Amino acid sequence: MSEYNYSDTYLRKILTEAKTIVMVGVSLKEVRPSYFVARYLHQRGYRIVPINPGHAGETLFGRTVYASLADIPEDIGPIHMVDVFRRADQVPQIVQDAVDLLGPRGLQTIWMQIGVVSPEAAEIAEQNGLHVVMDHCPKIEHQRLFGELRKAGFATGIISSKLQ
Amino acid sequence: MGDQPQYGFDTLQIHAGSRPDPATGARQTPIYQTTAYVFRDADHAAALFNLQEVGYIYSRLTNPTVSVLQERIATLEGGVGAVGCSSGHAAQIMAIFPLMSPGANVVVSTRLYGGSVTQFSNTIKRFGWSATFVDFDDTDAIIAAADENTKAVFCESISNPGGYVTDIPEVAAAAKHIGVPLIVDNTSATPYLCRPFEQGAHIVVHSTTKYLSGNGTSVGGMVVDSGNFDWSASDKFPSLTQPEPAYHGLKFHETFGPMAYTFHGIAIGLRDLGMTMAPMNAFQTLLGIETLSLRMQKHVENAKIVAEWLEQDPRVVSVTYAGLDSSPYKSRVHKLYPNGAGALFTFAVKGGYDACVKLVDNVNIFSHVANLGDTRSLIIHSASTTHRQLTPQQQEAAGAGANMVRLSIGIEDPRDLIADLDQALDAAMA
Repeated sequence: MSEYNYSDTYLRKILTEAKTIVMVGVSLKEVRPSYFVARYLHQRGYRIVPINPGHAGETLFGRTVYASLADIPEDIGPIHMVDVFRRADQVPQIVQDAVDLLGPRGLQTIWMQIGVVSPEAAEIAEQNGLHVVMDHCPKIEHQRLFGELRKAGFATGIISSKLQ
Repeated sequence: MGDQPQYGFDTLQIHAGSRPDPATGARQTPIYQTTAYVFRDADHAAALFNLQEVGYIYSRLTNPTVSVLQERIATLEGGVGAVGCSSGHAAQIMAIFPLMSPGANVVVSTRLYGGSVTQFSNTIKRFGWSATFVDFDDTDAIIAAADENTKAVFCESISNPGGYVTDIPEVAAAAKHIGVPLIVDNTSATPYLCRPFEQGAHIVVHSTTKYLSGNGTSVGGMVVDSGNFDWSASDKFPSLTQPEPAYHGLKFHETFGPMAYTFHGIAIGLRDLGMTMAPMNAFQTLLGIETLSLRMQKHVENAKIVAEWLEQDPRVVSVTYAGLDSSPYKSRVHKLYPNGAGALFTFAVKGGYDACVKLVDNVNIFSHVANLGDTRSLIIHSASTTHRQLTPQQQEAAGAGANMVRLSIGIEDPRDLIADLDQALDAAMA
């Protein structure tokens, strides 16, 4: 399990406030983990913005794939979160680009997937006032916090006597 | 996974997994006695079958009552997830199944429940698997017994029937050296007395039939994953790391990370082996777990009283209870099992096999049954019953010699238990 821990309150706030999520390095292949994540977030009502230079111009769940962060059109509106599926050594540059290009467009959070750990990238994001999550998956955390994972017997850590 | 707040064991044994029923507000977990679940639409069905979404399809795979029990036991053990099974024996097969292939082997402690000795020494050969039995106090021997086809190390925390307690950190170090997961059967200890993951184990199995359900009503098993074993660190575990043809080439570890083993247990194990826990049994077990810590405290307290009485009795040759001051495992219990050494032990009776049989025939409070972990005190002569199929050498190694009687101490008044054994020992000596 990850050595990076974030409170449920923090993760819930990030996942509740984000509406549009840029997915850097998302795959268009059905069995790839990043495709699973994109599909799940799309199904849960997030507007996903796929970034994959090898598939620019194609669509994923009806959303146009762009080659880079710089190519995201203004008419998509505010961008709240960037979810990164790239090798750790590439992440500081991606985060710097995100800060420069998407900071003015409402960017709140840099999220690095399971196995993606870059303290350098995290520092860049935090210095620019962004939330950071590393070495976690937004799909898993959303499933855990909002009820789906308990259906398969996972330890969600959530104790509540409230009717939801 | 959540990091706040840290609830105590007594709170978790009641609340973990069990939120008010979203459909009705029912406070106690309902028994969802249904086979199948309606899909929202074709896309939802496809997503569930592709493992892209988690939900209910068919109760061989997942069921809302069973999933509450899974989450509760996973939480009490400190694991990431758990898979309910039809019995403890089913759980053992389910636990090793994702790791094994024809020609693979496991290194196993000699101190196991007799049924497990047979399962590992005999039955798994039908799958092309094998087991090497080793004294787990000798960790060098565990390492020496392993070869390139070894896929797991397996032991019981508090072993049945001998009352032996395993030094899990030492065994875990050996498993780490071999590069395979340590699987611990935590049935006799329960997570109240032992949390194997905190001592380095990777997978825990339970017969939930015993202390967890507690009242001797419901057969069941559980496989719990710590999420801490790196399946991709070697090429030993292709079922978890290589493309799975039944799911369009999905790789479990890559896709599900620390949850891979649990997903595999549901999506391959339960789907294709079908050793599923029944919802009614899960419900009964949930009721039992609500009082687990209270019962275990009383089980342990009673066991110590009865064991100390037996130890000073001239009709008794020896008592194996690891909670006794005279036990060679006293310091290990103190260090690794601070809440007690359980309530399961054997004692040797003067007069050997014949006296043991007479003793068992003359009890009135103790019940002569092949079970353990009931609120009722239980007695059995292992060599003529649960360990009957073993060779004398296997019986001795398992702590089930011909002159040994096994007790599972219940939560009755300990004075009544002592009086019952006293009169039965008289009858045995007559």
